[in-house]
Amino acid sequence: MAFKRDKKEEEDGGGNIFLNLEKTSVLQEARTFNETPVNPRKCTIILSKILYLINQGEQLGTTEATETFFAMTKLFQSRDVILRRMVYLGIKELSSLAEDVIIVTSSLTKDMTGKEDLYRAAAIRALCSITDGSMLQAIERYMKQAIVDRNAAVSSAALVSSLHMTRIAGDVVKRWVNEAQEALISDNVMVQYHALGVLYHIRKSDRLAVTKLVTKLTRSPLKSPFAVCLLIRIVCKLLEEEGDVALSESPLFDFVEKCLRHKSETVIYEAAHAVVNLRRTTPRELAPAVSVLQLFCSSPKPALRFAAVRTLNKVAMSHPAAVTACNLDLENLISDSNRSIATLAITTLLKTGAESSVDRLMKQISTFVSEISDEFKVVVVQAIRALCLKFPRKHGVLMNFLSAMLRDEGGLEYKASIADTIISIIEENPDAKETGLAHLCEFIEDCEHTSLAVRILHLLGKEGPRTKQPSRYIRFIYNRVILESAVVRCAAVAAMAQFGASCPDLLPNILVLLARCQMDCDDETRDRATFYYHILSGDQPQFIYHYIVDHLQVSIPSLERALTQYVANPTPEQFDISTVPVSAPEPTNVPEKGHGTVDIANPVAVQPETPAKAAESYAVKLASIPELAPLPGSLFRSSDPVQLTESETEYVVKCIKHCFSDHLILQFNILNTLSDTLLESIGVTLEEPEGYEILKEVACPKLSCGETGSVYVLLKFPEDLSLSVSTFGATLKFVVKDCDPTTGEPDTDEGYHDTYMLEDLDVLLSDQVVRVMKGNWGAAWEQAEGESFFELEDTYVLTSVTSLEQAIQNIVVFLGMQPAERTDRLPQGKSAHTLLLAGMFRGGHDVLVRAKLALAEGVTMQITVRAPSQEIAELITSALG
Amino acid sequence: MTSSTYDPDGGLFSYFRNLLGGREMRILILGLDGAGKTTILYKLQVGEVVTTIPTIGFNVEQVTYKNLKFQVWDLGGQTSIRPYWRCYYSNTDAIIYVVDSADKDRIGISKDELLYMLREEELQGAILVVLANKQDMDGCMSVTEVYQALGLDALKNRTFQIFKTSAKKGEGLEEAMDWLSNALTSRK
Repeated sequence: MAFKRDKKEEEDGGGNIFLNLEKTSVLQEARTFNETPVNPRKCTIILSKILYLINQGEQLGTTEATETFFAMTKLFQSRDVILRRMVYLGIKELSSLAEDVIIVTSSLTKDMTGKEDLYRAAAIRALCSITDGSMLQAIERYMKQAIVDRNAAVSSAALVSSLHMTRIAGDVVKRWVNEAQEALISDNVMVQYHALGVLYHIRKSDRLAVTKLVTKLTRSPLKSPFAVCLLIRIVCKLLEEEGDVALSESPLFDFVEKCLRHKSETVIYEAAHAVVNLRRTTPRELAPAVSVLQLFCSSPKPALRFAAVRTLNKVAMSHPAAVTACNLDLENLISDSNRSIATLAITTLLKTGAESSVDRLMKQISTFVSEISDEFKVVVVQAIRALCLKFPRKHGVLMNFLSAMLRDEGGLEYKASIADTIISIIEENPDAKETGLAHLCEFIEDCEHTSLAVRILHLLGKEGPRTKQPSRYIRFIYNRVILESAVVRCAAVAAMAQFGASCPDLLPNILVLLARCQMDCDDETRDRATFYYHILSGDQPQFIYHYIVDHLQVSIPSLERALTQYVANPTPEQFDISTVPVSAPEPTNVPEKGHGTVDIANPVAVQPETPAKAAESYAVKLASIPELAPLPGSLFRSSDPVQLTESETEYVVKCIKHCFSDHLILQFNILNTLSDTLLESIGVTLEEPEGYEILKEVACPKLSCGETGSVYVLLKFPEDLSLSVSTFGATLKFVVKDCDPTTGEPDTDEGYHDTYMLEDLDVLLSDQVVRVMKGNWGAAWEQAEGESFFELEDTYVLTSVTSLEQAIQNIVVFLGMQPAERTDRLPQGKSAHTLLLAGMFRGGHDVLVRAKLALAEGVTMQITVRAPSQEIAELITSALG
Repeated sequence: MTSSTYDPDGGLFSYFRNLLGGREMRILILGLDGAGKTTILYKLQVGEVVTTIPTIGFNVEQVTYKNLKFQVWDLGGQTSIRPYWRCYYSNTDAIIYVVDSADKDRIGISKDELLYMLREEELQGAILVVLANKQDMDGCMSVTEVYQALGLDALKNRTFQIFKTSAKKGEGLEEAMDWLSNALTSRK
């Protein structure tokens, strides 16, 4: 690409005249704007230079920007059309950088309402970029007029600008609904599309209003294909929210299906894409959509072929059977001159094809894999990953292919996706482990990506010691110490220590290597080597377990906060790491890809907070409530919010249980949905069960409609652990004042007391336990025996479950502990299984559970618990009873 | 526009005009909000009274009066916009300062703004025309009263004149513009 551009420049003979611009000299030139009479041609070039600089990422200071902006305003005296339009662009770019930009309001208002059509649309866009919420009212009248203007460009500009303005002044834009409504019947395709966008945006928080809008529009066909596409997206969003009704019964889905026969290709594709992506789609709904896509596969337009095959590729993940019908068309696309289409076709076939065709397709891919971009190579890698899961026996061929790809050129993302795939194959398929590790070893011999090398070294340290021949990995790891950067050397030292800890016969050799590493020039590497050397050469086996085999369990953000606090408040005491909350491992069951929710306005999905981060933000929140200070120690675990009311009642109450080592804080989040009432002095009355003691209550002073407030109750856990799993009756109490729904002001000063029954609240065992990931569960189990843990064994028959999978799921949920060694995955066709779990009970007590399960009538379970105290062990065995 | 002879990029006509000292004159219309600045600007430009709204920022128009070309800047008079007047002072040939003769309460503020502006270095050579506007209103100040209220008798080293006008009725503007045209041409 860069090469092409160079060549074109040569032909032009000029090259980019803006290439070597300097900010200060350009801004100097901008003073020309102040001269009279204005030289339009000269000023246009200077403005172009300024715009070029800003778009190249050059930063303008506020003073610089403001000076340039005011100089630019002088150009309004010129009547040159080109210059004026450049000024509009300048205003838009500088509006966020300069101060007092409202100075051009009158001039722009005049241009947008004037006779010169070339000015009007652009002036609207510029005007909206300099207008803030308070100024919007001043131009409101003109905006309304512009929306219904006969000139399509003006109307579109006003509609799109309105859409932008909703972000800063949603209330004002809401008042333009009638004008937008009128624009919706426009003959112009763009105006209609933009009008629908604005109407939807204004109503999108009101489900009923959206439904009304959609019902009306699905009956009277819209002219603009773009508007129909948008309507399809809105309809899909409604369908996703509809719940579990069958799609075929929904009138909304009828509309989408009808769009599959629309005369515009864009609409047909949008509809097919929508059907494919709906979460509740069944093969029945899928069939017509897939046959439309199949037709597109043989279209002469590359864009259509690409869109079709890309969508089919996605369908192949969730409904491989539905795509099989297109196999012949896809085979034809393999030889498509557009490599992106070919890649997608092959990978789709890989997903739907039989085991026998794998070899042939892989050979075909390898003929052009070097010609496609990284992005599509990643698509190929993902297809291979799916294949490995589907046909474990093929891992040999596929792994070879992957390692060949690893040796090719490619960026970090591409290489990481290959490494990820190999790692996941190793984890899923024990047969592939040794070959996979060997490929990875070879890869790190020549790996330019530090982060990948570190990850692979960590994996080698974890998996290597448990292979048949651990010694063969040492060479690869030690080579890194000699050849690589400091970060990689550190990781290599840590990996070697793992071998030393787990393979006694290798220990002497490892010690020699670690001793050499103590000469390293990097501080961190040297420190690690010294640390590991001393632990490994000492005669305290429990140190080896605690400091090498078992890794740090604390949540990193909490540790960071605790350390910052420790450094900020000097104290003679040592830092106590046991006060830092333990972090639960991330959930591994990431939802299936390809079934993303349909978000119309904001296609970038919000990443859910990781559990560690959520816990950390709770801790900060609780610490900021003065009534609760001082908190009873550090927060151990916070439960997910539990609903204590139906979701559509007057008051919606959720409870979060915050567990400390001896205390419990119940946080009740209360949402007042009644528009004509104001709640005051809100509290929660608890019927505390035996053993619990309420220490403090923090009421919520006031809640108007739509507000959420919190009530906190601090309790002490019962001395007797067996009483801690219990049920609380709960009632909401408050003072009600009637108020004016529009202003929210109370009608009278006097309210009346009222109460509201909540559902019972359960405190479970899982609220008091944190999941802990044990890399080597067996070692931990042995270690527990050595440290004189209490062991308790019991046998139960689980009558309510009928399969081992169900039993495993239930046990994990009841105990709230982390399955280790992938024992939560059941090998197929087995009638007995052993589930290994690890967790930490509040107060920082490690707990290990082994559950042997056998399928009989129901499931028979023999559970063995190792815990530091008998009480905890009893509590855990009884939780399953 | 009657500027069929006007050529912004130079050319023969403007060559002659420049020879005769006919450079386009730059004029600012200033004054407190609601004094009638925008009405005066468009009365001069199109000869009609147009409906106006408070000016947020400025309006700039070309005005031809008796074969003389003016570039007229009408700057908004609201308190929040007055600080920006100074951004537009340079190269100004004349200032038309408009006063609402019926607004006795704020005549003091109007005086302060006028004196503050006249102190500016960039405006030292500029000719001043004061318009005691809104003379059609009942109970308004007379031109003498405005003259005294603005303290114009103390004004030294400045070519200036005060006129009574009613922009709405179109009275007085012609006299003012005649005087200004003469003053500008005889200055050369």
